[in-house]
Amino acid sequence: MTAATVVFALLFYFATAVLAIGVGWRVYDYARTPAPLKIPTTPAPVTRGGVALRMLREIVFFESLFKGNLWTWAAGWMFHFGLLLVLLRHLRYFTQPVWGFVVLVQPFGIYAGFLMVAGLAGLWLRRVAVPRVRYISTPSDHLMLALLIAIAASGLVMKFVSHTDIVSVKAFFLGLMYFDWQPLPGGAPLYLHLSLVALLMLVFPFSKLLHAPGIFFSPTRNQVDDPREHRHVAPWAAGLDSGP
Amino acid sequence: MAADVKAPPLRTLPIAPDLAPGAMAGSKPYVATDKMQQALGFPGELGEGWQERALGKMGELLGKYRSLKVYLDSCVHCGACSDKCHYFLGTGDPINMPVARQDLMRSVYRRHFTLAGKVFPKLVGARDLTKEVLDQWYSYYNQCSECRRCSVFCPYGIDTAEITMAGKEIMDAAGLGQKYTNEIIGKVHRIGNNLGLPGPALADTLEGLEEDVKEETGADVRFPLDEKGAEVLLVTPSADFFAEPHVDSLIGYAKVFHAAGIRWTLSSRASEAGNFGLFIGNYDQLQKIALRIREAALELGVKRIVVGECGHAWRVAYSMWNTLAGIGAGGTDPFARQLQSQLDLRYKQPTHICELTWDLIQRGALTLDKEANDHRVVTFHDSCNVARASRMGDTPGGQFEIPRAIIRAVANKYVEMAPGTTHEQTFCCGGGGGLLTDELLDLRVKGALPRMEALREVADGQSVNFMATICAICKAQFTKVLPYYGFKMSMVGGVHQLVSTAIRLGAKH
Ligand code: SF4
Ligand code: SF4
Repeated sequence: MTAATVVFALLFYFATAVLAIGVGWRVYDYARTPAPLKIPTTPAPVTRGGVALRMLREIVFFESLFKGNLWTWAAGWMFHFGLLLVLLRHLRYFTQPVWGFVVLVQPFGIYAGFLMVAGLAGLWLRRVAVPRVRYISTPSDHLMLALLIAIAASGLVMKFVSHTDIVSVKAFFLGLMYFDWQPLPGGAPLYLHLSLVALLMLVFPFSKLLHAPGIFFSPTRNQVDDPREHRHVAPWAAGLDSGP
Repeated sequence: MAADVKAPPLRTLPIAPDLAPGAMAGSKPYVATDKMQQALGFPGELGEGWQERALGKMGELLGKYRSLKVYLDSCVHCGACSDKCHYFLGTGDPINMPVARQDLMRSVYRRHFTLAGKVFPKLVGARDLTKEVLDQWYSYYNQCSECRRCSVFCPYGIDTAEITMAGKEIMDAAGLGQKYTNEIIGKVHRIGNNLGLPGPALADTLEGLEEDVKEETGADVRFPLDEKGAEVLLVTPSADFFAEPHVDSLIGYAKVFHAAGIRWTLSSRASEAGNFGLFIGNYDQLQKIALRIREAALELGVKRIVVGECGHAWRVAYSMWNTLAGIGAGGTDPFARQLQSQLDLRYKQPTHICELTWDLIQRGALTLDKEANDHRVVTFHDSCNVARASRMGDTPGGQFEIPRAIIRAVANKYVEMAPGTTHEQTFCCGGGGGLLTDELLDLRVKGALPRMEALREVADGQSVNFMATICAICKAQFTKVLPYYGFKMSMVGGVHQLVSTAIRLGAKH
């Protein structure tokens, strides 16, 4: 067992725990905090099913962003769609035998890495070139883009430049999952890729990446427009009914 | 017109202005006196311990409002909202970009309530809540009309109005209140309406209106006050009682009730539909003010509650009265049941006056002479709170269709303003959210820019000479700012002003 194997094994256990507990706590916190007033941005759906559709359009097509800014929408959607394919493709390193749909995604997943990078570059360009967006950008906004690009680039390097012993990498991760550690192969791009992914997992619950769970809890998007038909009262406000 | 206030030039291309940092840093409304503050239960002034009070309130709100917590966490600084605010478009001040306005609070939230901001403040743009930061809040949270336009375009639905309301609530708790809103809330509690018009004066005014209408039409149109046993309680903004052009819509409502034979009444106890508790984000005030309507309805024994032309009032009535005061359907608790059992739930409770009028028009219950409005070429300004925070009728978007349907039924010439400036993307008049005060005139004139551009286009291109709207604040704001852009102030008026012109009394029945 090399030192690198031990270090990365411990790092991924730690990062997974932080990600799961951190995001889990955030979701729990959002869920337990009431939305005391009806505030859907109207026109809004008048049924639960309608709201589900609205949320689906937001999550799959970024509907509001589409109305807001076409460039940001295009770059953002490219990045997120690329990321989705890449993540699905990566499932092959955590499943044995590999699930059917993951096999289907495989050929697209490889090129989706380029899509991701192109999207991220577009977003970064906008952040630098548009004065309004430059004005609101903080150092962490730039670092987050740098981190994502570095993750994608190091991944692409392993695929297309310096080949990595991917079979052993898979054995390493399956070993982590079944608590039966296997050696991690060497290689700078691999170490870089894995370290940055672990870093991303670690910062997730403490950063703006919380937009991912956040959107599900946004009252302007997830509330049904039915205030005249249903009385909506938050637990903390229920005791305040007074007067005649 | 104040000489030192100037309208910005209209843009030739509708693109975002160059950034003008600090352009509006000096814009501040008058601060509420300690008396006004204390009347609402807020500390009289900043003084000792303001910072603890502010942070304490912020912590409390984070636990009570999911919107605040989720919105402070979720913004990715994508900038989609950055060119959507009329105050940014009119002033170029970058802090008037919705995301930057949110960041004023987000920076404090990160510093005091998150791990990242406690450990790496510089990295994530976290700041302590200092006096300078608070002053910036006071300036820029009083440059947001809580119009929600930004929330339409945000991929997470982040509503800057929610942040602004929380900001005002936190400042009130610290002891820094805004004079205009807080003084008016005091008046509602003391006198019954925002304009401070006492009951007897109101009765006089209404009698005068009866005489005027009799003279004009020959019909005995009544303006009843506090009449027990009436079917409808009309709750309308107090500006309708004597401000121009508001009163013309009040006359319109009265004629509609008269023509349809509906017994209605106003209430001296609830002689105000407006609810400025919304603007300062204070649940207690919001509820106290809403409960007056409930009390009036119970006292007068009415079957229906109808709301006059007022944007934020309709938001509160439509979206919040059921929550706050049990005015609506579906409640199972005794508090809600008490009023529900009195109201006629075959009607929507509350009903917007436009819903009522449109229903009557569809049933053929009104006689309308469209030609009477032929001297007008009409356009319609969607008011933000009606457009983005409420509904009319049964289907989403009824808040756009119903007022337009009424206008088309009472006038022959109707023109839409440019897409992207109406319906859900409508621009605020520039005076909402508790900013309708003289010391903010410069801001109000600049904030009206996008609407004025759209109006200029249809005024020049299609001879529009009347902009109808269903909001008391819009009417007051436009009356004031239209002249700065070279329009006549009489260009703005209510939808029921048009109804009033067209309706013929006494023909049917
Ligand atoms: S709510 Fe309206 S006024 Fe406030 S920041 Fe958003 S667009 Fe501007
Ligand atoms: S659109 Fe939403 S996520 Fe984007 S900068 Fe504005 S508030 Fe933030």
